[in-house]
Amino acid sequence: MTVKLKTMLTKRIIACLDVDGGRVVKGTQFLNLRDAGDPAELAAAHSAAGADEVVLLDITATHEKRGTLLDTVRRTARELFIPFTVGGGIRELQDAAAIFDAGADKVSMNSAAIVNPALITAIAQRFGSQAAIVAIDAKRVNGHFEAFVHGGRKPTGKDAVLWAKEAEERGAGEILLTSMDRDGTGIGFDCELTQAVSAAVNIPVIASGGAGGAQHFVEVFREGQADAALAASIFHFGLSSFSDLKQQLLSANIPMRWPC
Amino acid sequence: MIAIVDYRAGNLASVKKALERVGAQPVVTDDPEVVAQAEKLVLPGVGHFQATSTLGDSGLREAMAQSIQRGVPFLGICVGMQWMLAASEEAPGVAGLGLWPEQCVHFPAGVKSPHVGWNQLEMGNGKSRLLAGVDTGAFVYFTHSYRVPLLDGTVAQTEYGGKFSAAVERDNVFGVQFHPEKSGATGLQLLKNFCQLSF
Repeated sequence: MTVKLKTMLTKRIIACLDVDGGRVVKGTQFLNLRDAGDPAELAAAHSAAGADEVVLLDITATHEKRGTLLDTVRRTARELFIPFTVGGGIRELQDAAAIFDAGADKVSMNSAAIVNPALITAIAQRFGSQAAIVAIDAKRVNGHFEAFVHGGRKPTGKDAVLWAKEAEERGAGEILLTSMDRDGTGIGFDCELTQAVSAAVNIPVIASGGAGGAQHFVEVFREGQADAALAASIFHFGLSSFSDLKQQLLSANIPMRWPC
Repeated sequence: MIAIVDYRAGNLASVKKALERVGAQPVVTDDPEVVAQAEKLVLPGVGHFQATSTLGDSGLREAMAQSIQRGVPFLGICVGMQWMLAASEEAPGVAGLGLWPEQCVHFPAGVKSPHVGWNQLEMGNGKSRLLAGVDTGAFVYFTHSYRVPLLDGTVAQTEYGGKFSAAVERDNVFGVQFHPEKSGATGLQLLKNFCQLSF
């Protein structure tokens, strides 16, 4: 008897490392950072445990400490054979080129893409759309979702859904969508926000902000129509494992890369 | 010596690193003479099919075509695999190598494009040297908007808005639509197989 295999594109679980001065930290609603270790070590551990992808976000505020980023990227990329994205402080094409050269597969742009949307197109043309991610930090303001920049401190006046569409038109290959209202709370992703953006664009949407348990991932893949979901703190502090998480998602009929 | 052919289309660091990981000492080159002397050739590719047109202008196309004819093992990755066909809808008028007469086509409307993420391989009935040790159901990482249809050389297929070629193989030529350098242990196995091929 032959077993009919049902194969399909799986939903991705992405481990996010927020890095400051070469060390992994994680904040609650962009505040109260805690040190959770060495990025290269954590990335390799997440990959071995079943992460589908790793994102490293450099949240270093000062220029002096920024110099350590390329070294961190190089060390992290060395032992990683799954997709690796780096974001934070990418202002021009040369910044992106240096990050790719250090071993990243994709870069994530945030503030710079809003200030200078031509940057999206420049990176997409030089390195391909698959390498150009636009990160959007969105917050509920007066009944709609507004895009914020500068670590969530500065409103842009841009509607997050319309901005996602524009980013796609300009060459973005994926949208990394963070709910600022949910980030660090552990009460679940903003499915309404995620669904609105996912329905508006034809490129993958990575949901971020608010993961606290497996059920939240089920919700954001079903109701939010996310293609991938990102989480940081729940993995760092041993609150859940990829194995547990992926097996629970498989039981809920969410296609997962597991075992891997 | 394994040559990774550089035609200024994206980032080759990951492919080089993965080949080094499986014991090879690859050289990244845009020099047709180095390509002509290589014992094995890898043509990576991200981005647009249009970029492959520079292969013709630079003499790299001719060097690769002659090596392939001499039996040098050749591995095309992603757009590098697509270039092994005659053409692509993505860049009408840009000629591929024509190892198969078919052309690459866009994903049908109704599925998100690009196809990004981990999907599964379904092995064909024929034996694949490239995919030795890789079984049906193995997960690999894709990111592409155009795809190679099922061909007489298809050794593994994948489902996304219909079936397409995930891997092709004929004699000394091999192509994979996914990124072995980003596909964890499965990808490294495949690269190791390629490095160990002998003819």
